[in-house]
Amino acid sequence: MNAFLPVLILMTSLLPAGVIFFIPQASHTLRNTINIGAAVAKLALVAWMLLAVAGGASYESVLPLAPGLVLLLRVDALALLFISLSATLWLLTTIYAIFYLGNKAELSRFFGFFSLCVAATTGLALSGSLISFFLFFELLTLSTWPLVAHKQDQASLAAARQYLMFALPASASLLWAIIWLESYTGPVLFTDPPDLSGIEPWKLRTIFALFIAGVGAKAALVPLHGWLPSAMAAPAPVSALLHAVAVVKAGAFGVVRVVFDVFGASDMQALGVDVPLALLASFTILWGSWRALDQGEVKKRLAFSTVSQVSYIVLGAALAGPLAMVGALAHLVHQGLMKITLFFCAGIYDERAGVKKIEGLNGLGQAMPWTSVCFSLGALGMIGLPPLAGFVSKVYLGLGAIEVGAPWVVAVLIASTLLNAAYFLPLVYRLWFLPLGEGVEVSAQAESGAIGLIAPAVVTAAASLGVGLLAASAVSPLGWASLIVARGYLE
Amino acid sequence: MTPLIWLVIAPLLGALAVLVVPARRMPAVALGAAAATLGAALALAAQVAGLGPRTVLLGGWTPPLGIVLKADGLGTAFAVMAALVMSGVALAARHELAPDKAGARAAYGFWPLMLLVWAALNTVFVSRDLFNLYVGLELLSLAAVALVALAGSREALAAAMRYLLFALTGSLLYLAGVVLTYSAHGTLDMAMLLARVPATGDGVALGLMTAGLMAKTALFPFHVWLPPAHAAAPAPASAMLSALVPKASLVILLRVWFEAMPDAAGDAALLVMAGLGAVAVIWGGVQALVQRKIKLVIAYSTVAQLGYFIIAFPLTGGDSAVKPWSAGAWTGMVFLALSHGLAKSAMFLVAGIWYSACGAQELRDLKGLARALPMSAFAFALAAVTLAGLPPSGGFTGKYLMMQAAFVAGLWPFALVMVAGGLLAAAYLYRPLAALFAKDEAISCAPVSRVRQAVPLALAAAAIILGVLSAEPFSFIKIGKPDAAVEGL
Repeated sequence: MNAFLPVLILMTSLLPAGVIFFIPQASHTLRNTINIGAAVAKLALVAWMLLAVAGGASYESVLPLAPGLVLLLRVDALALLFISLSATLWLLTTIYAIFYLGNKAELSRFFGFFSLCVAATTGLALSGSLISFFLFFELLTLSTWPLVAHKQDQASLAAARQYLMFALPASASLLWAIIWLESYTGPVLFTDPPDLSGIEPWKLRTIFALFIAGVGAKAALVPLHGWLPSAMAAPAPVSALLHAVAVVKAGAFGVVRVVFDVFGASDMQALGVDVPLALLASFTILWGSWRALDQGEVKKRLAFSTVSQVSYIVLGAALAGPLAMVGALAHLVHQGLMKITLFFCAGIYDERAGVKKIEGLNGLGQAMPWTSVCFSLGALGMIGLPPLAGFVSKVYLGLGAIEVGAPWVVAVLIASTLLNAAYFLPLVYRLWFLPLGEGVEVSAQAESGAIGLIAPAVVTAAASLGVGLLAASAVSPLGWASLIVARGYLE
Repeated sequence: MTPLIWLVIAPLLGALAVLVVPARRMPAVALGAAAATLGAALALAAQVAGLGPRTVLLGGWTPPLGIVLKADGLGTAFAVMAALVMSGVALAARHELAPDKAGARAAYGFWPLMLLVWAALNTVFVSRDLFNLYVGLELLSLAAVALVALAGSREALAAAMRYLLFALTGSLLYLAGVVLTYSAHGTLDMAMLLARVPATGDGVALGLMTAGLMAKTALFPFHVWLPPAHAAAPAPASAMLSALVPKASLVILLRVWFEAMPDAAGDAALLVMAGLGAVAVIWGGVQALVQRKIKLVIAYSTVAQLGYFIIAFPLTGGDSAVKPWSAGAWTGMVFLALSHGLAKSAMFLVAGIWYSACGAQELRDLKGLARALPMSAFAFALAAVTLAGLPPSGGFTGKYLMMQAAFVAGLWPFALVMVAGGLLAAAYLYRPLAALFAKDEAISCAPVSRVRQAVPLALAAAAIILGVLSAEPFSFIKIGKPDAAVEGL
């Protein structure tokens, strides 16, 4: 059973993908049943495994390919953190997507690739070796391309093309780094960090840089972030998935794996590559926020906000102290919850009120109260207002920075918080305190018919409040992150 | 009789049979022969996997008097791949080359030629005698040239003529090398050549044979005949010309260099070969990037892909032969060759569907086809994943193994070429994929049955499966390979 469960969890998304492609467009009930059924089944399996792993169980499946190419699926606490996030948000996003796309064209293609994308994310989380990680990392690249290009118009195709222009060279860099490193150490397993002592430092530094470039394009580290704002051309559920669990998170998760399970915190510091990485992350945090300020489109502003927020995770990993690490891992979940809320809401504004620009938000609070409350919660959480999720992450990152003797990071966090407030507060202000724009008519039923869109947003907004309020409990993301770190992440 | 004999005889008998039956029965008879050959290939694979290499002494005579047929892992793997591709080609040709569509000449010429090509391929895959290989290669070239000329257009005839000139020159060079070898050693059997006392002329003989085989394989710089020839033939013919025909001369090249005369292959020569391969990867990729016609993109992609195979030479031969990475590089190259065959045939068959159903020839004609013919578009995308060397395809497994060997062997520049080649492939295959995915409401295509679209999809999927289930093929390919180091890294 212990060898079977990781494969089973992977299959809960992989098999539906294979089936959904061949369902005729008109068979809505069948397709939706498979979608939701698979997502629920996966969530149940993950919940079961969470209990077991908290009790000390471990799961591992090995699928040998060619020699040296071993597909290793392994459940550790870090993997579970990421899987729980993706399983929960997959279910919510699927519900949202079913209602959002309604009767639009090519639904089977969309949901097929959607499931494939989640399967890739799951595999990525479960990967126990570098090469398994690479396999799923690439599967993720390939399965998100059709999602970004889904609308098949000029803007979507251009965005999808730009996405690949960043993602594929990055993959080449990652593959290069893996093969180079493994030519000295043999296959790298995450449970058993490789012995790097015999390799010249300049080579290790180069390999580290290649790794970071490889995963950094997905994590939208500046200057590899250009694709993310353009990818806004995709339908709202795709943006939600991309920004919260799938692509950028895969990149951030990759940074965590490379730092702790490939190089190890102490080797990274001995090589002197931790400070450059922290500086790069800090620069990305500030640059993303700065660029978000002058974005006139709601989704673009959110996209630059993601560029900034995801680098909190990278920053925490680069600092490599216990508290910073806890903050980074908690933020992996927190940012996902808050950002998916914001994108759900942005999609509702667009779909139900035709609002894309920030001017259009004026006065919508009255007309669309549920959506606007959720949006406001997400925005305030991103700023880091207590007791919302973002506050918890920032506090831990700040404390972690002081702990490892890098007080300048606190200044970065403060500057970023001010910038976050500067680009999010005006949106909240417009929603609640400005009158509806002239000539704008929002039907009184803007929300009443959209329960399938609003319910997921309400759940995630409530969750981002809940994980902040209940941060001290053991089952919160923060509690789980502490468990991961306590279980010997930073020896 | 054993599957090994049937593998060669079934397509040959089929080729004769289709000539004597009434024209309307030709496809049915050809499909019967195809089924028999496919069965023989699979049965042989089962035998080789279970019992090791199979040998047949023709007429019971041992070499040097008689001719020996020997099926090892390498030859059998290629024979199985060829059988899968040929079966797909035969199914596709029933529609593409129906007399009312393609004209009587192409319709009736195709079947015997196809079966002859298959018989010649299988002969090459299981022969161990330099002259026997020459006969197989000659038959292959002549049938292949005729296939190119099948369309009968001016373009096709010109391309076929150019192909013929290269092929004949190649034959002469190869034959000259064979003659030199025979005069020096008195035998053409590979096992006996391996045990020979090296002679001074061996290097020249090897060089001549290599040049001839390179011309036939279309390895850079002898590639110029390939793109027009492969683009001019009817799509099912292009599929086998691009996916299979170069593999025959490649297999001979491998056998001559690594089984008959591994001692004559010096390190410098191996590096020169790999250098040519590197140039081919880049040059073919750049050429594919600027083509406007779909079939030319696919054809130049073959020029590039062929380069990978000879990049493996210094990684697996010469000084490397006894090193632990040799097996990985060797198997990686064979993985690449096998998955290239599957993926490339899928691409040409898909291009054939697009042309015959929608009249699409240029990249810009592909607009909207992803919606009109989703299965074929998906097949093309899967094949592209393989050719770009992305996981989880057989193309990735092959590239990964070769890159690993290049790093460990200290020849990392070749790994760089492989990465660059992969990115180039992604770029030139992205153009047709983006066009397919673009919106076009005005597109009108004749209906294409699901079965017809399923054939290329199955071939492209097979290339992916080769990567996912790579452990068994990996050990299969090494059956009967006399390696100093078989364990791998």
